[in-house]
Amino acid sequence: MIRIQAQDVGKIYPTGTVALEHIELAIEDGEFVSVLGPSGCGKSTLLRIMASLDHATSGKLEIIGAGNSAKDALPFAVVFQEVSIYPWMKVRENIEFGFDSLSLPRSEVRRRVDQQLELVGLSKFADAYPHQLSGGMKQRVAVARAFAVDPPVLLMDEPFGALDEQTRVGLAGELMQIWERSRKTVVFVTHGIEEAVSLSDRVIVLSKSPGRIKEIIPIDFPRPRDPVALRGEPKFGEYVVKIWNLLR
Amino acid sequence: MNEAAEAAAEQGLVALPGRQLPRARGFEANERWLRFAAPFIVLALWELIVRVHLLDQRFFPAPSMIVEDFIAYAQSGQLVSDTLTTLSRILIGFVIGAVPGTILGLVMGINKWFRAFLDPIVSILYPIPKIAILPLVLLIFGIGEASKYSLVAIGVFFLMVINTEAGVRQIENIYLDVARAYRIRPLSFYRRVLLPGALPNVFAGIKLSIGVGIILGVAAEFTAAKSGLGFTIWNGWQTLQVERMYVALVMVSLLGFVLTTILDEAEKLFIPWIRN
Repeated sequence: MIRIQAQDVGKIYPTGTVALEHIELAIEDGEFVSVLGPSGCGKSTLLRIMASLDHATSGKLEIIGAGNSAKDALPFAVVFQEVSIYPWMKVRENIEFGFDSLSLPRSEVRRRVDQQLELVGLSKFADAYPHQLSGGMKQRVAVARAFAVDPPVLLMDEPFGALDEQTRVGLAGELMQIWERSRKTVVFVTHGIEEAVSLSDRVIVLSKSPGRIKEIIPIDFPRPRDPVALRGEPKFGEYVVKIWNLLR
Repeated sequence: MNEAAEAAAEQGLVALPGRQLPRARGFEANERWLRFAAPFIVLALWELIVRVHLLDQRFFPAPSMIVEDFIAYAQSGQLVSDTLTTLSRILIGFVIGAVPGTILGLVMGINKWFRAFLDPIVSILYPIPKIAILPLVLLIFGIGEASKYSLVAIGVFFLMVINTEAGVRQIENIYLDVARAYRIRPLSFYRRVLLPGALPNVFAGIKLSIGVGIILGVAAEFTAAKSGLGFTIWNGWQTLQVERMYVALVMVSLLGFVLTTILDEAEKLFIPWIRN
């Protein structure tokens, strides 16, 4: 069982800026949790601390039960906001890159990469270089790379933030379909209110600097979900308005 | 397109560029022809000036005389053997300098401790004219092949360190974050992230290095060799075989041209993601 637990986590940058303060949080196995807040509220910093790319200056943040030392799986995978796939690797090589530290047989790696390529609809582009792909396709490769290593936890930092609205909603729908198959624990950082409501079990709303938890809102929609159809529900609008008011 | 522009197009007002086009194309064709012909025109003038004794042919033999000597040199087999000797000295020296230079550049680019320690040392040693250390190199390695390899290697080494380090430092942070997030193994980190990320700069370094390698290889042969194109040039002066000197100079220039052309093609092959 996975559990992500933050106890009084704080982050102060060397410049004196307080990015995060008193973050108390417990994310349970199989939960899809969004972290939402105005830009500069430290939501990306929180995710980077979870990913061990940065460290908290106070408190403790742990991913419990993810099996840190396993040789056949990573404890978590990260999908970044910027274009994070390597321009010098073909699409297939980019997805294989995630397996570098794992000792899996070649055939198993190949099978999983092929499977992910098909899930994100890029089988035909396996041997293309990133510069031949659109922005949405590049983010699909980044998502495929994360899912391919089959980690119990997925950390996503505004993965669709740089895309246009149509592509963004489309990819959110695809993400839901892929996620339904495995129900991994997901922490999804975003500044899109509708995106957060349509995807999440809970939405954590952060306040602006210093970033504190303002409120945690459970989103009560049945699964599997269709992020587009969900937008027609009256309750959807209520959630969105509620979060808008919190962010004001 | 708005209505005014459409109307203008119907009246033929926007056809101007079309009318200019043939003239532009004509210029391009002429330009290409001129570029191709320029060296031959200069050679023809040179020949003419020597024939009418405006130039002293003891110092400036006519191109026809150089060609004549070129044929004799080639038929004796010396041309091929001298060229190959010089080429192998340059290439072996290049490899000896470029491999450690690239590796050190990668380490210095990513590790700030290495950088803090080695940057000042590189900055102090790099500006020394490499030719100026030929006596020292001869002292250490003797007058055998090792001294020629070493001189070329030293020149190449610094260029590769500096260019590779710059290449690593311009790799975007996000690519390093991804490698850390996926717990990439140290050796793969160098092989799959740092080296390809720095490769455009590494190639710039290789191109500069080949140029410098030719300069140093030929210069080392002036005094410290009994074969090679550099020796032939130097010997041409000492024995007043001026035509032979020119032939060897032409061969050095051709060597540079061929190596640069090969590198340009290799660059396209090894950096396919930059092309578009």
